[in-house]
Amino acid sequence: MRTIPIAPVASAFSDCEESGIVPKQNLPLARREFLKGSGILMGTLAAGSVLAGLAPSTVWAVELKTLSQNEGETLMAMARTIYPHKKLPDAVYAILAKDLDASAAGSADVAKMLRDGVSNLNSMAGGNFKKASDAKKLAIVKGLEGSAFFGAVRGQCVTSVYNNDMAFAAFGFPGSSWEKGGYITRGFQDLKWLPAPPKSASPSAYMG
Amino acid sequence: MASIAFNDDSAVVIIGSGAGGGTLANELCQKGIKVVVLEAGARQSPQSFVNDEWKSFGQLAWLDPRTTSGTWRVAKDFSGLPAWICKTVGGSTTHWAGASLRFQEHEFRAKTVYGDIPGANLLDWPITLSELEPYYAKAENKMGVTRTNGIPGLPGNNNFKVLYAGAKKLGYKGVHTGNMAINSQPRDGRGRCMQLGFCFQGCKSGAKWSTLYTEIPKAEATGNLDLRPESHVTRIEHNEKGLVSGVVYFDKDGKEQRQKARVVCVAGNSIETPRLLLLSASNMFADGLANSSGQVGRNYMRHMTGSVYAAFKDPVHMYRGTTMAGIISDESVHNPKRGFVGGYEMETLSLGLAFMPAFLDPGAWGAEYAWWMDHYTNLAGMWLVGEDMPRETNRVTLNTNVKDKWGNPVPNVHFDDHENDIVMRNHAFTQGERIYQAAGAIKTYRTPPYPSTHNLGTCRISANARDGVANKWGQTHDIPNLFISDGSQFTTGGAENPTLTIVSLAIRQADYIARQMTERAI
Repeated sequence: MRTIPIAPVASAFSDCEESGIVPKQNLPLARREFLKGSGILMGTLAAGSVLAGLAPSTVWAVELKTLSQNEGETLMAMARTIYPHKKLPDAVYAILAKDLDASAAGSADVAKMLRDGVSNLNSMAGGNFKKASDAKKLAIVKGLEGSAFFGAVRGQCVTSVYNNDMAFAAFGFPGSSWEKGGYITRGFQDLKWLPAPPKSASPSAYMG
Repeated sequence: MASIAFNDDSAVVIIGSGAGGGTLANELCQKGIKVVVLEAGARQSPQSFVNDEWKSFGQLAWLDPRTTSGTWRVAKDFSGLPAWICKTVGGSTTHWAGASLRFQEHEFRAKTVYGDIPGANLLDWPITLSELEPYYAKAENKMGVTRTNGIPGLPGNNNFKVLYAGAKKLGYKGVHTGNMAINSQPRDGRGRCMQLGFCFQGCKSGAKWSTLYTEIPKAEATGNLDLRPESHVTRIEHNEKGLVSGVVYFDKDGKEQRQKARVVCVAGNSIETPRLLLLSASNMFADGLANSSGQVGRNYMRHMTGSVYAAFKDPVHMYRGTTMAGIISDESVHNPKRGFVGGYEMETLSLGLAFMPAFLDPGAWGAEYAWWMDHYTNLAGMWLVGEDMPRETNRVTLNTNVKDKWGNPVPNVHFDDHENDIVMRNHAFTQGERIYQAAGAIKTYRTPPYPSTHNLGTCRISANARDGVANKWGQTHDIPNLFISDGSQFTTGGAENPTLTIVSLAIRQADYIARQMTERAI
C-alpha cells in the first residue's frame, strides 16, 4: 500500500534564507512496512477533493515515536473538539498528533502530561473519549480549560492545524504570492458586490 | 564600505539600523562623517524574505527573552513577547506597514491641550509642528510617501473597498488609500507595489521603504559607513569626564569587542534603548546613563490599539494587496465630547491564515471561533491605532531574575491601560463595527491588541532636564555626546503611526550632530 507520511511543518527558516523560496510541505511516498514506531495514524483523503489534489495518494499515514495509536487518535479527537472544522480532514488533525508526539519524544515530562491527559479524557468519557458524542466531548474539554494539558494541546493546534498546505487550501488562503507576481493582475480589487471607490480615494494601478 | 578601527575614537557609533538608526547613519555619512552601525540582527534582502508568516517571524522578529507584567492583556496572551519588532538589518522598517502620517499640531502640546489627566504623565514636546515640518517634508521625499511630492496614492484593494463603503455610509470624510511609504509607481531605483499582501514579512518587491535597501546602501556608497550586523551591544562606556567613550558588544562569532566612539547614538527601539542605558550603570551614573531625571524606561507607550474583523456574505479576500493602504482619519482629532482626549486612526489590516488563529482572539476556541476561520475568505479587517497616555509606572526595567545569553538581565515591560485608553478603544471598536455593519457585515469581532509594534517614549525629550532624558535634539541632558535616536524620544505618542516622525527626527538630529561636531561642541 502506498501511504503519505505527513511531514511536520518546518520550524527553521534556514532552508529558505538564500533563495526566499519556501519549500512546500514534503509529501514523499513511503511503503507501509517502512512505517514503524510506537503508533501509526492512518486515513484517507476524499478522492477528488481539493486536498487530494495536493497529495500523490489519497492514503495518508503518520508515524508516532512515543505516543500510542490510541493516544494519537484521542488527541486528534480533542483537537477536533477545540477547533471543529467540517472542511478539515483527519489528516490535518494528525499533524497535531505528530507535533505533540515530537514534543513528547523530546521531554519525558511532556510525554507524561500528554499520557495522563489522554487517560483523564478517557476516564471522564466513561472509557473512550473518541466514541463520546460531540456534546459530551465538548463538556469534557471545557472542564479542562486552564489546565497545562489543555494549554499545551490548544497552543500546538494554532500552528499544527492551521499552518499547513491542506488547511490553507481548505480555507481558501493561497499562501506565498510573490512567485506568482502578487495580486496586481490577480484580483486584488475584484470585489464586485460594493461600488468601486472614486479615483480620488483609490487611484488606478500603475501598469507601466 | 569603510573599515573603522576598534580604537578609532573619531567616529559616530549608532546602535540599531532601523528607521532612526539607519536614517541617521545615512544622513551623517552623506555629510562626510564616519559612522559605525552596530546591528544586533543579521542582514536579509528582498530575495531572502519569505511570504510565510511563521517562517518570516523566525527570520526577522526580536525573539531574545523578555518578560511582562501589568494588567494589559498582552502580558497574559504573549507573556514573553511584549513587542512584535525586529532584529535584523533595517530593524522594524522591514516589518512595518508603511503608513506615514504627520503628527497634528496639537499633539506636540498634549499637556497644554489635554490638561491635567489623573494618572497620566503628560508633557508638551520641546519642539513644535512648524519646527518639524521641513523635516517631515524631507522624510516624505526620501521615503516616497504617496500623496506627497506628486506621488499618486496606491490603488485600493478589496479590503479597502469594504472600509470605504462602510465609512462613507457613516459620513466619514477623510477616507483614502493613505499616505504610504510604498511606491505606487517606480521611484528611487525601486519598483512599484506588486500587491503581494505580505507587507509585514519584508517586502519582496522592495516597493516599501526600508532602511535595509535605501538608507543603508546609500550610506555604504559614501565609503563612510562601517555596518556590523549580528553585533549585540551590552554596554556603553564613559570616561572620567562623564562623556561616553565607546561601546562593548558581542560580534557575530560571540567575541566581545570594544569600539571607541566620539558620539554614541542609541536607536534600539523603546525596549532595548532604555535597557542599554540601565545596563550601563556605573559608579558615576549609578541609576544608568542619562538618568538623572529618573525617567529612563518610564512613560512607555504602545499606542491604543485593537482590531475589528467582520464577516460578509460574499468573498473579500482581504489578504490580497497592500496590507494597510486604507485609512479613515476623521476620528484622529481631539474632541473630548467623545469621552476621551486625543484621537485614533482606522486603517485596513489583514492577517494570513497562519497568523489569524494566533491573533484573532488569543486563547479562544470552540465552534464559534472555528466559524471565523471557516469564513476566512469572507473577512475584512481594520486596525485601530490611537494616542495612549504616558504613565510613569508603565516602564521598562531590568529583570534580574532572568538572564539573556550574554548573562545580562532581560527587560521587563510593565503596562497598565489608562482609563483614557480603555474608553478610546471601546469607542474605536464601536465605530469599527458600525462601519462594517454599514457595509453589510453579518458578524463583527473585537480583536484585542497584538504584541506592541509601536513602542515609544522610554527616553523622552523634554525642555527641562528634570522631566525627561534628552533635549529637543535627542541629545541626553546629562551626557552631551550621547543621543537617543529612535521612537524612545517621543514625549507623547500622537494618534499616527510613528515611523515618519522617527525618520524626520533622525534627519534633524543628523544636522545638529554635524553642527556640533564642526563647532567642536561634541
